[in-house]
Amino acid sequence: MTRSVALFATCLGDQLWPEVVEATVAVLERAGCRVTFDPAQTCCAQPAFNSGYHDEAKAVARAFVEVFERADAVVAPSGSCTAMVHRYPELFRDEPDWRARAEAVAHKAFELSAFLVRELGVVDLGARLSARVAWHDACHALRELGVHDEPRRLLRAVAGLELVELRTGESCCGFGGTFAVKFPELSTAMLDHKLSGLDDRVDVLSAVDSSCLMQMRGRLQRQGSRVRAMHLAEILASR
Amino acid sequence: MRVSPLTPETFADNARAALADATLTGALRRATDTFAERRAAAIGAVPDWQELRTRAAAIKAHTLARLDAYLEEFTANATKAGATVHWARDAAEACAIVRDLAQARGSKRLVKSKSMATEEIHLNAALAQDGREPVETDLGEWIIQLAGETPSHIIVPAIHKTKEQIGALFVDKLGIPPSSDPQLLAAEARTRLRAHFAAADLGISGVNFGVAETGTILVLENEGNARMTTTLPAVHVAVMGIEKVIPRFGDLETFLRLLPRSGTGQHLTTYQSMLTGPDPMGQGPRELHIVLLDNGRSRIVADELMRQTLACIRCGACLNACPVYQSIGGHAYGSVYPGPIGAILTPQLQGLHSAGTLPFASSLCGACKDVCPVKIDIPSLLLELRRRAVAGEQVPAAPSRGAAPTTSKPARRKPLEALGWRVWSWVTRSPARFRLATAFARLGQKLPFAMRLFGPMRAWQSSREAPKLAARPFRDRWRGDAR
Ligand code: SF4
Repeated sequence: MTRSVALFATCLGDQLWPEVVEATVAVLERAGCRVTFDPAQTCCAQPAFNSGYHDEAKAVARAFVEVFERADAVVAPSGSCTAMVHRYPELFRDEPDWRARAEAVAHKAFELSAFLVRELGVVDLGARLSARVAWHDACHALRELGVHDEPRRLLRAVAGLELVELRTGESCCGFGGTFAVKFPELSTAMLDHKLSGLDDRVDVLSAVDSSCLMQMRGRLQRQGSRVRAMHLAEILASR
Repeated sequence: MRVSPLTPETFADNARAALADATLTGALRRATDTFAERRAAAIGAVPDWQELRTRAAAIKAHTLARLDAYLEEFTANATKAGATVHWARDAAEACAIVRDLAQARGSKRLVKSKSMATEEIHLNAALAQDGREPVETDLGEWIIQLAGETPSHIIVPAIHKTKEQIGALFVDKLGIPPSSDPQLLAAEARTRLRAHFAAADLGISGVNFGVAETGTILVLENEGNARMTTTLPAVHVAVMGIEKVIPRFGDLETFLRLLPRSGTGQHLTTYQSMLTGPDPMGQGPRELHIVLLDNGRSRIVADELMRQTLACIRCGACLNACPVYQSIGGHAYGSVYPGPIGAILTPQLQGLHSAGTLPFASSLCGACKDVCPVKIDIPSLLLELRRRAVAGEQVPAAPSRGAAPTTSKPARRKPLEALGWRVWSWVTRSPARFRLATAFARLGQKLPFAMRLFGPMRAWQSSREAPKLAARPFRDRWRGDAR
């Protein structure tokens, strides 16, 4: 059965890395989905919510709910944005009507790898990439959505790819939204610790979140590292 | 050397200073990694770990919802067992109670075992005013006291110090020959502390759990110093936060399995002293005084959203797991309680006005929530405190009846930041405005010098290359459903 998927590109994906979003579309289509994109979408509201500005976040979250409430499934190439949508009911805890609508959307919002593996039961997408790839567990995907095995299973099915774990395990990359610019030195110390877990032979550092990748790529580039940061979707779309 | 006291308000500067100290960051990383590994190994051997956590969280939630009743039950039973229970509304009252007890009995030589509640009320400083400063008897606390510092971890007070630094401190303060051999340094401390124990006439401790059903207090420790503090002197004064009460003796089965494993990765602490009134055989202390400390807690209990903060059993696991704490340690928080628990507790104890930065000092990674044995949802509480901070609200929200009037001023508003988010929201909730704003940003990006005027961009670029807006966003590349 063809699943119809409403794509949430995420504001970062839309504006900074359209190629990641295109890869997401390609992967979903290869998995047999019919993908739609509603250009009325913008952002999940997380930046304002995490900064404490709940009224400002609510206005954006309402717009999100209006765009996506008629979808069968909402899929985003991000654990963090998906986790934010899952928090909508809490955000609207004092508004029963919106709370109910938010709950309905939250129930059908999925992070890409979780959607592929848990909802579609797809693991092998016929991708090919010869590279040694280190996996970064994005915090919200890992701890709020329980995404751990799904991306690893998808990556192990990629021909030519060697998956390795970071020595620094599940630690945070130090991004944390505005945290990264409110406390730049602290954020960078966390980042450097995370990256210290890469071994010398890693070619690619990957994750399900463009935000973590922005943080890690920014540092790798600054240091002139040969390690490339690639979103999971880009790897899965490689042929 | 006395370190000038840091405050939460200068968190960003404190953190920067900590990061510049390679000895400190090295010591922290080693110690927190070790504790985290030990914890993981210890809980790996407990098949029903998650059920234990769920049960502990439920017991705490139940107790906090009926705290007044359980405190009365605890007081009645402790009194029946021969203890004297005192109620202290705030730090000043608690300190005065202990000082008056010491004065009335002419106690001159005080010893104390490790206790965060006594740190919170700055008891040592209060007692020092009339020459009764207690000698700290926990090795780590004793080191900190010798150094004139404050603890930087709730269960490992000297976690920030290397053995070389401790050796140098002992040379300086105790005149021992130079050494950094932990065995030798510990032996030296033991000899000195034994003399203090032998002479002590009043012992002060904290309380890990107070059992309502029996009036028993529990003190957990590893060095035997708390056992001696609570049994050798003629008078024992225990300072107990009111949230430490648990309903039944049987509840200890849950908490005693959780706490040591979470904190130090031990199956059980070396000593657990259970004290029900003074020693009836007359060999232990003749008097047991329990000081029940409120100091803002009843206001937190009344605030239903924040109440779970008080479920904390002070195991320290969230500190060891926190990437911020691992990087900068406890002093940078500028508060008695550091790390994730400090970031939620301190603003509630001292107000968002002076501690409003702490809830923002987190990447919201959630590692703390994962390890917390009583399942406190620390990230959600941080988010709620952030909301209250920018809304200029007070914490705790509603002063409860009979509680001390709130002294906390609301957080300072940041009008410019608030305006920025209002504009962001107005732009982002409309696709047309969003498109226009991002088009402008594309233009601005062509002027790197203009971007550098923008503070957050400067902060980003201080250590990382900035990403570029794509020439054409996805929304313009999407060909619609016809493809
Ligand atoms: S908040 Fe939880 S993990 Fe942190 S010290 Fe308290 S009980 Fe332990």
